[in-house]
Amino acid sequence: MIVADDLSWSYGEQQVLSAVALATRPGRVLGLIGPNGSGKTTLLRLLYGALSSPSGVVLVDGDPLRSLRPREAARRLAVVVQEAPGESPLTVAEMVLLGRTPHLSTFQRASAEDHDVAADALRRVGALHLADRAFAGLSGGERQRVLIARALTQRATHLLLDEPTNHLDIRYQHEVLGLLAHLVRDLGTTSVVVLHDLNLAARYCDDLVLLGPGGVAASGTTADVLDPDVLEPVYEIGVRRVEHDGQLHLLFSPSDPSVARPRAIQEALS
Amino acid sequence: MITTTSPAATPAPAGAAPSAALVAVRALRRRQGSLNLLLLALLLATTTVALGIGPVGVAPADVLGILGHHLLGTRYDAGWTRTEDVIVWGTRAPRVAMAVVAGAALGVAGAVLQALVRNPLADPYLLGLNAGASAGAAVAVLVIGAGSALALSGSALIGAVGAIVLVMLLGGVAGQRGPLRLVLAGLAVGYALHAVTNFLLFWSDSPEAARSVLFWLLGSLASVQPVMLLAATVATLLGTTALVLVAPVIDALGSGDDSARSAGLHPEHARFAVMAGTSAMVGVVVAAVGGVGFVGLVVPHLARRLVGGRHRAVVPASALLGALVLVVADTVARTALDPREIPVGVVTGIVGAPLLLVLLRRSGAQSL
Repeated sequence: MIVADDLSWSYGEQQVLSAVALATRPGRVLGLIGPNGSGKTTLLRLLYGALSSPSGVVLVDGDPLRSLRPREAARRLAVVVQEAPGESPLTVAEMVLLGRTPHLSTFQRASAEDHDVAADALRRVGALHLADRAFAGLSGGERQRVLIARALTQRATHLLLDEPTNHLDIRYQHEVLGLLAHLVRDLGTTSVVVLHDLNLAARYCDDLVLLGPGGVAASGTTADVLDPDVLEPVYEIGVRRVEHDGQLHLLFSPSDPSVARPRAIQEALS
Repeated sequence: MITTTSPAATPAPAGAAPSAALVAVRALRRRQGSLNLLLLALLLATTTVALGIGPVGVAPADVLGILGHHLLGTRYDAGWTRTEDVIVWGTRAPRVAMAVVAGAALGVAGAVLQALVRNPLADPYLLGLNAGASAGAAVAVLVIGAGSALALSGSALIGAVGAIVLVMLLGGVAGQRGPLRLVLAGLAVGYALHAVTNFLLFWSDSPEAARSVLFWLLGSLASVQPVMLLAATVATLLGTTALVLVAPVIDALGSGDDSARSAGLHPEHARFAVMAGTSAMVGVVVAAVGGVGFVGLVVPHLARRLVGGRHRAVVPASALLGALVLVVADTVARTALDPREIPVGVVTGIVGAPLLLVLLRRSGAQSL
């Protein structure tokens, strides 16, 4: 589990996050949501140590992340982020095998067992047939599944994902997140995922942290956070919540002039 | 916790599937291995032929006899003359050996640096190495008036090391901006030092000295110093071995900083260490032969086309291909316009530039 307390970050003068606290539990998916520029990705980067908060602490299974050596941190945290699309000259199998690196000494070769772990992860995400394809030649959905397979190959206890549905069409969005939710429940993994789409968050996250200007606007279970009264002031858009087939859905109404206009404009008009 | 007893480790019903992927990976490894063996055989054959080519032609069989006599102490055969012996062993062998070593180092360094900065157009001189080396050499010849080739190499080495240190200081280990800062620092230092060299060349009133610096700037294997050959050989052997060993680290860094961190590396530190080691190797080679261009840029692309993207295969393949290319290029450089000699850098440029275009065109969107 990850417990974070009093995290903050600023880009130059611009304070993006201050006094952020959150906690995750094994077997549950925690979603980070919030408007553009609210610091979702920054918070995720703080949680896996790509950024180091000047204040506060991140505890991974009780140990401060800062005190863990990179290799030990990598055995606990696996990260799926959007980067370097298509540049890698590696094949899918080689890409997934990179996930074994934290478990091998620098000069050690991947063993048959490592190959089995990699193949097992590829099968779990339904990408085993891609094993000897070039990673650079895959479609967005295939690439995302392969990167998740690489994270699974790490056999880390925590899985952190930054907008895994980015650039995916609607079917793959559900496929990838459905896969994630299934894996988390199946393996008892702790997962933190940055999401843009609130309806995807509604369906696939157990808990949510809603980031607003400067910090956490709300946190709790998905049903508690996805409340129109909570969302409207943060997103500045009309929100209606409906239930369909026992599933929570959000409808948005930008045409409602009382909430559609940014507050600054409203104030100027009144 | 995910342990080996968790569902993740239990084989799924489709038990045959993982072994199929495993078989595919192993087949690829075998292919990479045999391709590298093939390249080694090709390099040995080319080297033998190259040693025989020149104003005095020597048959490959005699070349082998002469090499065997000197290296392995085999019987002196009457099949070749004393003159041929002196030409092959005394004159051509050091030069061809230097071509092998320098080509290997440049190929390896190019492959590694392209991965580290994730740019297919990176080359071994990315961090201002050859600018530093040529500035050092220019100062030695044109300002101090040093005459010997060894003094030229020595001051070039000092210049190259100075340039790396400067770039590393400016580009910094710190900062989480990825490799871009280092590249920019290398560019800035490179331009500044090139300006120094060009000013010295322009200001020099000795055309002879300016000519010797210019020839060296373009890269030349014409005057191989035994000490530099030894130093370059040791540096290249150590450097290449180390880079093959840390190949997985290079793979991880090549897939992005977050991927590298996720693989348990400290991206900035790892990149700094690999870059410093690679640059040191290239520094020695540049000091010995000058700035031979295009080998380090083109060879890694060829190597990747042959053996794929894993650096445990790409590094040895780049070493062998680089050696092969430079031996051929240098043989052309010293014989094509005989008795005048073309700087080898000119030959590699003429052949390398179109080759690069073809390679990049073929690989299409994948690498650019």
